[in-house]
Amino acid sequence: MEVNHTKSQINFTRNSLFEQGYLDEQFTQLEDLQDDANPNFVEEVVTLFFSDSTRLIRNVDTALENYPLDFCKLDDYMHQFMGSSSSIGAKKVKQECTQFQECCKARNAEGCIRAFQRVKQEHATLKRKLETYFQVSL
Amino acid sequence: MMPSSSGGSWKSSGAGDGGVPDQFPAGLRVLVVDDDPTCLMILEKMLRHCNYEVTKCNRAEVALSFLRENKNGFDVVISDVHMPDMDGFKLLEHIGLEMDLPVIMMSADDSKSVVMKGVTHGACDYLIKPVRIEALRNIWQHVVRKRKHEWKDFEPSASADEQKPPEEPDYSSSANEGHNWKSTKRRKDEEDEAEEKDDSSSLKKPRVVWSVELHQQFVAAVNQLGIDKAVPKKILELMNVPGLTRENVASHLQKYRLYLRRLSGSPLPGGMNAGFMGGPDAGYGSMSSLNGLDLQALAASGQLGQLQPQSLATLQAVALGRSNNSKSAIPVPVIDQRNIFSFENPKSRYSEVQSQHLNNSSNNSSKQINLLPGIPTNMEPKQFVSLQQSGQHSFGSMNHQVLIQMGGQSQTQSQNQVQSNTNAHHGLRQPVLSNDMLTRGGVVDVSTTVYNPVVSVSQASSLVDFSMNHKTDSSGSSYPLGGSLGIPNVRATSSALQGDGNLDTKVSGRRIVPSYDVFNDLNQNREWGLQAVGLTFDQSPHSIQVGLDASSPLLLQHNRSSVSEMGGQNRILASGKVIFSPEVEARTHHNGSNVGQQRNTYVKTESHTDGSFHNTLYSEQYGQDDLLAAIMKQQQQGVGQPENEFGFDGNALDDLPV
Repeated sequence: MEVNHTKSQINFTRNSLFEQGYLDEQFTQLEDLQDDANPNFVEEVVTLFFSDSTRLIRNVDTALENYPLDFCKLDDYMHQFMGSSSSIGAKKVKQECTQFQECCKARNAEGCIRAFQRVKQEHATLKRKLETYFQVSL
Repeated sequence: MMPSSSGGSWKSSGAGDGGVPDQFPAGLRVLVVDDDPTCLMILEKMLRHCNYEVTKCNRAEVALSFLRENKNGFDVVISDVHMPDMDGFKLLEHIGLEMDLPVIMMSADDSKSVVMKGVTHGACDYLIKPVRIEALRNIWQHVVRKRKHEWKDFEPSASADEQKPPEEPDYSSSANEGHNWKSTKRRKDEEDEAEEKDDSSSLKKPRVVWSVELHQQFVAAVNQLGIDKAVPKKILELMNVPGLTRENVASHLQKYRLYLRRLSGSPLPGGMNAGFMGGPDAGYGSMSSLNGLDLQALAASGQLGQLQPQSLATLQAVALGRSNNSKSAIPVPVIDQRNIFSFENPKSRYSEVQSQHLNNSSNNSSKQINLLPGIPTNMEPKQFVSLQQSGQHSFGSMNHQVLIQMGGQSQTQSQNQVQSNTNAHHGLRQPVLSNDMLTRGGVVDVSTTVYNPVVSVSQASSLVDFSMNHKTDSSGSSYPLGGSLGIPNVRATSSALQGDGNLDTKVSGRRIVPSYDVFNDLNQNREWGLQAVGLTFDQSPHSIQVGLDASSPLLLQHNRSSVSEMGGQNRILASGKVIFSPEVEARTHHNGSNVGQQRNTYVKTESHTDGSFHNTLYSEQYGQDDLLAAIMKQQQQGVGQPENEFGFDGNALDDLPV
């Protein structure tokens, strides 16, 4: 699809991601790191994040199928997930991770499962949006 | 960007070479360890943007092998806390023992307990993820600071030229530090350039890299001598490594002891204590073995939090009883830079933190030890320095011993200690202890005659030092309390105290008296605001007990001033013990949250009371417990809850306004 996206359109897309809370300031840090030597740095990092986090999600899904739930392990996974999400500025994903961790602390199995569903949703949404964004901006 | 020199160490490119000064810390060789590939990639890019040379690896084992293979190949290590193959703290310990590089921890976890753990394990900084590039730009300061201290340690003669009397390593005050550092650095740079610092030139090397082989030799020598009798001099002789100095060995020994302590996990391994305590050498003033052991045992076992007040009391009694025949062994462990935190932990109010620490590692023991001797070891490097210095000076040989012991050696040693502590720079490490010591730990010492002054002073000094240091050089001046007071002074005070109904009779009986003087001085110094703090410690021998325990129960026990009362406003608190004064808050701000807060509390109290309060203090049994309680309370904003809030982290001390 050969659409000529204007700069303002690209900016609009980007800004809306921030405004809607999908991304936070950390994403800007990544953008600042992008330079001529690494013109696709942000995209590379984001791609790496999604592939790595997909693996993590699978682990958590598996762990959620084993009863009784191992809350420590789940908390641990979530901690990792949170670390990488926050490093790319995935704001909503991070928020859902926090929720999940709260449920783990409270040993609330139902809550954990629900929270994780939301984590996955946010994760998928962000992935879609960023893919679109990169397509238009590059 | 300055490429790493063949000599292997990164020197500031600016100063040395006539190159572009603006590029100074360029070329810093960083090793980044994180199992998260996304973070690793981002960090690498950020560090490159800072003009640093980056090596990344995602496994701790790999990182260790990099470090071992390339001695002097890196200047600083940044490591994640949670890693699957090895705990980040473990890695930190290894690096500290083997290579003695500055290590920065990072994690998405910002809970106090984890940060505290970093401090106690010797991390020189702790970054919260997501890490911003701004946070990474300044990591070079850790390298320089560490080098500076090391340089001083290893080349006392050289450093003496640059700085004030050897006892005063620049870590005393930030102001001084700035000076010294620059001069030291410059000097070092010049030397480096002139001599191509390489491993073979022993004395010149600012930092001895403890390779695995060297460490093995060291351990073999220590084992051969027996941990009790392992003194730097003998170890040095046994090792027979050309170019290695006694100072090198001494500081490494301290670290090693701490490390052992942590490993043992359980309190008081006889060996450990012995190690710490033993040391007939001057450096290591060992307390009477009993004392030390008791204390250590208590400490070790303790989880300070768990140490019941009785334990502390026992310890104190022991300490007192023994009074210090010798330099209390306890101090030794404390001095360890890393220990700094350890002390704090046990002492700190963070009961939870402590228990964690205690349970987790033998830190406790080391920590505790610190507490007892009252060695302010932990205090922020700067502060420590001042404390130590002052403490040392002032208190006479014994005290010195204690303090010195920390350093493991003569005063210079202690300085070293302090220095090392300083490395922590953030005060993560050290300050904590000192603070604790003051509040809590101080208590412990109080009992011992020798220590009392030291203890109190140190503590106070630590608290005060912060402020003081800034003002004066640590060299002794910073620690005005200690020095000036001297024991005799103290005594006078104590008698005064005795008169006071509130004061525990014990207190008067105890040597603690000296502390009072200290407090007085402190008060006078008001500027510190901390003064009050210092006072508290000394005041009651009881306090010691409390102090050790850090746990709230102890504090509360003392109750005289009942923590609750202390609320910070109470006279008692105000009297200086608590020093919670709000003023401190402003100062402490850094690091941390708790620490800063606590300090604040401390300071505040001070401010409230006037100099007059110190009298009050004395009269009341402020005991450390009170102080602690007060502090805690302040922090907690409620009745003292001995919780972590109390944490007198070393950091907090740092902040103490001058």
